[in-house]
This record gives sequence, C-alpha cells and structure tokens, in this order.
Amino acid sequence: MTQLSAVGGTKIGGVLTSATAFDVITTRHAYVAFALLLCIGLYVLIASPNLVKKIIGLNLFQTAIFLLFVTSGYVEGGSIPIVSPDAAGGPYVSPLPHVIVLTAIVVGVSLTAVGLALCLRIYDEYGTLRVDTLRELLREEGTLPAGPKAGKRTSDANGGESRE
Amino acid sequence: MRTGVSPVSEILLPLAIAVPIVAATLPIAFGRRFDAIGWPVAALTTTAVVAMAGTVAREVYGTGPFDHELGGYAPPIGIELVADEFSAAVFLLVALVSAATLVFTRVVGPRRNTFYSAYLLLTGGLVGVSLTGDLFNLFVFLEIVGLTTYALIAADRSGASAYASLKYLVVGTVGASLYLTGVGYVFLATGTLNMADVSTQLGAVGYTDPLVQTGYALIAVGFALKMALFPVHTWQPDAYQRAPDAVTTVVAALVSTVSAYALLRVSYSVFTVDFLAANDAITTGILVVSGVSILAGSALAAMQSDLKRMFAYSSVAQFGLIAATVGLATETALLGGIVHLLGHGLLKFGLFLGIGLLAAGYGVRHVADLASLARDAPLASGSLAVLALALVGIPPSIGFLGKWYVALGAVEAGGTTGGIGGIAIAAVVFVSTLFTLAYVARVLERLYFAGVDRSIPVVHEIGAVPDGGRSGRLPIAPLVVLVVTAIAAVGLGFAGAGFESLLDPFLTEVFA
Repeated sequence: MTQLSAVGGTKIGGVLTSATAFDVITTRHAYVAFALLLCIGLYVLIASPNLVKKIIGLNLFQTAIFLLFVTSGYVEGGSIPIVSPDAAGGPYVSPLPHVIVLTAIVVGVSLTAVGLALCLRIYDEYGTLRVDTLRELLREEGTLPAGPKAGKRTSDANGGESRE
Repeated sequence: MRTGVSPVSEILLPLAIAVPIVAATLPIAFGRRFDAIGWPVAALTTTAVVAMAGTVAREVYGTGPFDHELGGYAPPIGIELVADEFSAAVFLLVALVSAATLVFTRVVGPRRNTFYSAYLLLTGGLVGVSLTGDLFNLFVFLEIVGLTTYALIAADRSGASAYASLKYLVVGTVGASLYLTGVGYVFLATGTLNMADVSTQLGAVGYTDPLVQTGYALIAVGFALKMALFPVHTWQPDAYQRAPDAVTTVVAALVSTVSAYALLRVSYSVFTVDFLAANDAITTGILVVSGVSILAGSALAAMQSDLKRMFAYSSVAQFGLIAATVGLATETALLGGIVHLLGHGLLKFGLFLGIGLLAAGYGVRHVADLASLARDAPLASGSLAVLALALVGIPPSIGFLGKWYVALGAVEAGGTTGGIGGIAIAAVVFVSTLFTLAYVARVLERLYFAGVDRSIPVVHEIGAVPDGGRSGRLPIAPLVVLVVTAIAAVGLGFAGAGFESLLDPFLTEVFA
C-alpha cells in the first residue's frame, strides 16, 4: 500500500503530495481495483484445483490489466475523443489505451478458447478436470514421473465430485 | 534510422509477417478439395520467407538498419517494424529453422492441413516478434506465437500432450500478462509505446523512478516465465517431451529464443544500459536467478533418462546464460548473449531433429535405447555427437563461441566494477559446462561404446516394445539437413570475428 500511495502521490496525479491509504482508496479506486483483481485472479489460478476455474482466474488476471490500461487513458472531465474539424472541444480521454485493450481482449478470448478446448480433450481422455486427480492418473499411466504422493489415493482416482 | 532504402527492401518487413499469416488460411480453405495441400503451401511460404530474410539481412549488413512505418503512420504514434543488426539475425534464424523443420515434418508428420495452418501462423508470429519496434505490438506477436505453440504441442491429440500444453498455456499467459502489466507501467510513466521513443522518454522520467523500476521488474519476470528460467521452468520439459517430435524441433529452437530476444531487446534498446547501471538490485536479482537457472538446469538435465527431457532441461541452463548477459550489462557479454542465442537455437534445432530422426528410425526415446546405434546410423549419430559437443562448448563450435564471450564479459564485469557478480557467473558457467559434459558424455558413451551387437534384436523393457516394428532406416532429406546443421555449428565456430564486426554497429549504439 505504501508503494501504491507513493506512485499515486508523485506520478499519476501530480496533485497529491502525501497520499495516505485512505486517499488512495477514495481517489485512486480504479488502481486499487486493478491490484485486487490481479491478486484474486492469480490466487484462483494457483489455488484452485479445477482446470476450468484456473482459466477463469486467468481471465480475471487479464481483466485487471485491461482496467489498468483503460484507467490510464482517463482524463478528469474528458469527453469521447471524436475531434471536430475545427479541433474545438476537449479535453478528450486518450483513445490509445482503448485500442490496446480492444486488441488485448481479442487475444484473451482466443487464449480462453484454446484453453477450454484443451480442457475438453483432457476431460474426454481422463474424465476429470481436477488437477490432483489428473496427476495421479498421469502417474499411473507413466506419463508423469512417480512423485511422493503416487499411489496414495488410487482408490478414488476415478471417482468423486470431479465427474459431476 | 536511415532513409533512402530501396522501397523493395522496406516493404519486405511487413510482407514477411503478413505472407505466412495470410497463407495460413490456405490449407484450411482448400483442405476440403485437396487432401495434402498443407505441406506444399507451408514449404512455399517458408521458402519465400527465407528469401525475404536473406534480402533483408543483405541490406542490413551491407548498408545499415532500416525501418518501415505500418500504414504510413509515423512513429511514435504509428507502429514501426525495425530491421537492425540484431533483429535481422534473429529473423534469418527464424526463417531458416521454420523452413528446415518442414523437411522433417514431411517424413514424420503431423500431416493434417490444420497443422500447417498453425505452423504458418507460428512462423508469422515469430517473424513479428523479431521485427517489431513497438512494445504493445510485441505483446500481440508474443501471444500469436504462444497460442499457436499451445495448439502445435497438442497436435498429436493425446491426453498427455493436452495436459502439457494446458500447463504451458497457463504459465505462458501469465508471463505475457505480466509483460503487458509492465508495459502498462512504462506507458503510465512515459505516455508512449514505441521502443525508440520510450527509451528517450525514460531518460527524462528518470531511471530510478519506482514506476519504471516496477515496470521493468514485471517485464523481466514475464519473459523469465516465457523463457523457462529455473523456478518457473516446470512447464517446459513436459511441453518439449509430449509434443510431436517435429513440433519439439521448431519450438525448442525458436519459441523461447524469440522471448529471450525480446528480453535482450527491451533491456538494452528500450531501458538501455544506463537503466541497468542505475539499478543494482535489479541486475543482481537477474544474475542470481540466471546463475541458479544455469546450475539447476544443467543438474536436472544430467538426472534425466528421456532424451527429449534431458535436452529440454539443458535449455533451462542455456537461457539462464543468455539472461545473465542482461545482468552483466557489458558489451562483450551482450555480444556473447546474441551469439549464444543464435547458436543455441541452431544447436537445439539440430539436437531435437537428430533425436526425432532416431526415434522415427529406431524408436529411440531414452538414453539406454541409443546403445551402439552409431554402427547402424553413423551419420545421424555423428551429427548428434558433434552437436552435443558443441552444446558443451568444445571449440571450434558456435556453442563455444557464445559461452566464451559470455564468460569473458562476466570476468570483465567483475574486473571493472569489482563486484563478485561477474566472477560468480563465470564460475557458474564453468561448473555448468562440467554438468553438460556429464550428460552429453552419457549420450556419447551409449552411442559409441555400449558394445551391444545390434544384429541381435534388442529386448526392450516392458512398455518400450512398440518400437519393435520400426523400419531401421533413416529418411534421406532430414538426414541431410541434420548433417548440414552439424557442419554449420562447427563452421560458425570460426566466425567469431565475423559476428563481432557484423554486430558491432548495434553494440556501439547500445553502449554509446
């Protein structure tokens, strides 16, 4: 949080000289949301044993980055950047980050599609989407080298909630 | 950048990216009418890309770097493609390897038309990464490379390769996303995305600005994931091992290579040496990670019995060596990094091609399967041995050249700054060479000195039997490619002075 307030205080705003945690939350909430979403996404990605939920975590993670870019283009009181021929009006918000995010969304969608396709094939082959069950199946198959936990839970390797 | 380039050369830069990507649609479009149209389309296209790469390289090394403004929009607002001494070399490597791998895929497959569509998309993406001069554009091309690589790794439709591919997808996407976050921070600090422009703006913002530092840290971690440096390398051995042999050949030679290229490019051309000099903590961190990566990768490789896995772990070590050159930040080290980047790509192409060939001919998967194979397949075994020794760094070879410059740069860095970082890296390079020798020696021992009479059918362990029905003959065309690669790996070992003079303008610009 101190790092964030330093960033908010000196670079982005240029107005705040000594930002407290409270100031950051009230005036820089988009950046706070970015950090939260990023961490939640990364946590789901690492902690969830379900492959599809991992991909959801990945999507949250990417969405956080989109938010960062969109926020960076925002100008206080700015309008849509459609400039009239006489160049009057404005200030405008920066259109560049929006274009970037649009491209990044497309990239993200394609990644999700490929990821889900792979999930489907894994489910067809092994009948599970849980990473721990999958690892055991792969060890039995000899695809993964036998680890410390190999053979412990073989009895319920095929069953359980994962099939639902 | 220079003006007055012949318009033909200039237009080749966007064409080299667009042609493979457009051609990627053809195998799908005509796949319903013609069964085996994928390979001819891919072969024609990659040959055209090789010709373009050759022309661009001749222009760059003959008269100097040039660029192309996409759509006629001038940078920094528009996106530019840049061919300089460094990117032209990577472009040439990408073109040659993607054309040469096709010789191998023709023999061993995969043969589906969609495979060749993905292959061409990959080629386009790889060329894009090596030529782009824009930070966000780099992200897009990295993701094109990533997406097609995930698809190609799972191309044999087995469950194991799907799992390996998904693992790579998750890690690779996190890596690319961290890179994008880093680019976002840099964008917040400078308000621009063009590499050349960012590098001038950063000087004004200040190299010790926390936003810039965080941005660089995120970018470096993102590339570390993509390059498979030690603590985050776990996706890579699985991916290389489970992928079809032809896919491993191209992926191991090029995909991590262009990520490493991007790391060197962003570190040296965008953030510049001054940034690295101003941030001791960052360079020390990079040196520690790459040092550990070199040692751990070599040690893990020495523990493997599966051949593809062994050389996959060896890549972890070699990319550690390349990443170390960022932490060292001396001119010799950067030269070594570039030479080793190109050399490692060539060596890994040859090694995986050799292993794939032996697997196709004799069902070789493990070190033990190699027993006395040199009697049956002298050319393939000989080339494999030469390439493996080049990987160790035995002179004269391209592998020796790269390691030599990196180690020399490390000692220089230790000498000038008095820091122990450089000396430590030099020591690590030496130790890892011994490890490399350890696993390469196992391969050579099996190939040449196992003393097995191969006229008697070898009894495999249970589980290794399906190889029994192999033809025992190696296809000619890929064998020729393998031998040429081995000769090139040795021949380029004599080209140290050539590399120095060709890359000199780039190095001078970076260290100006």
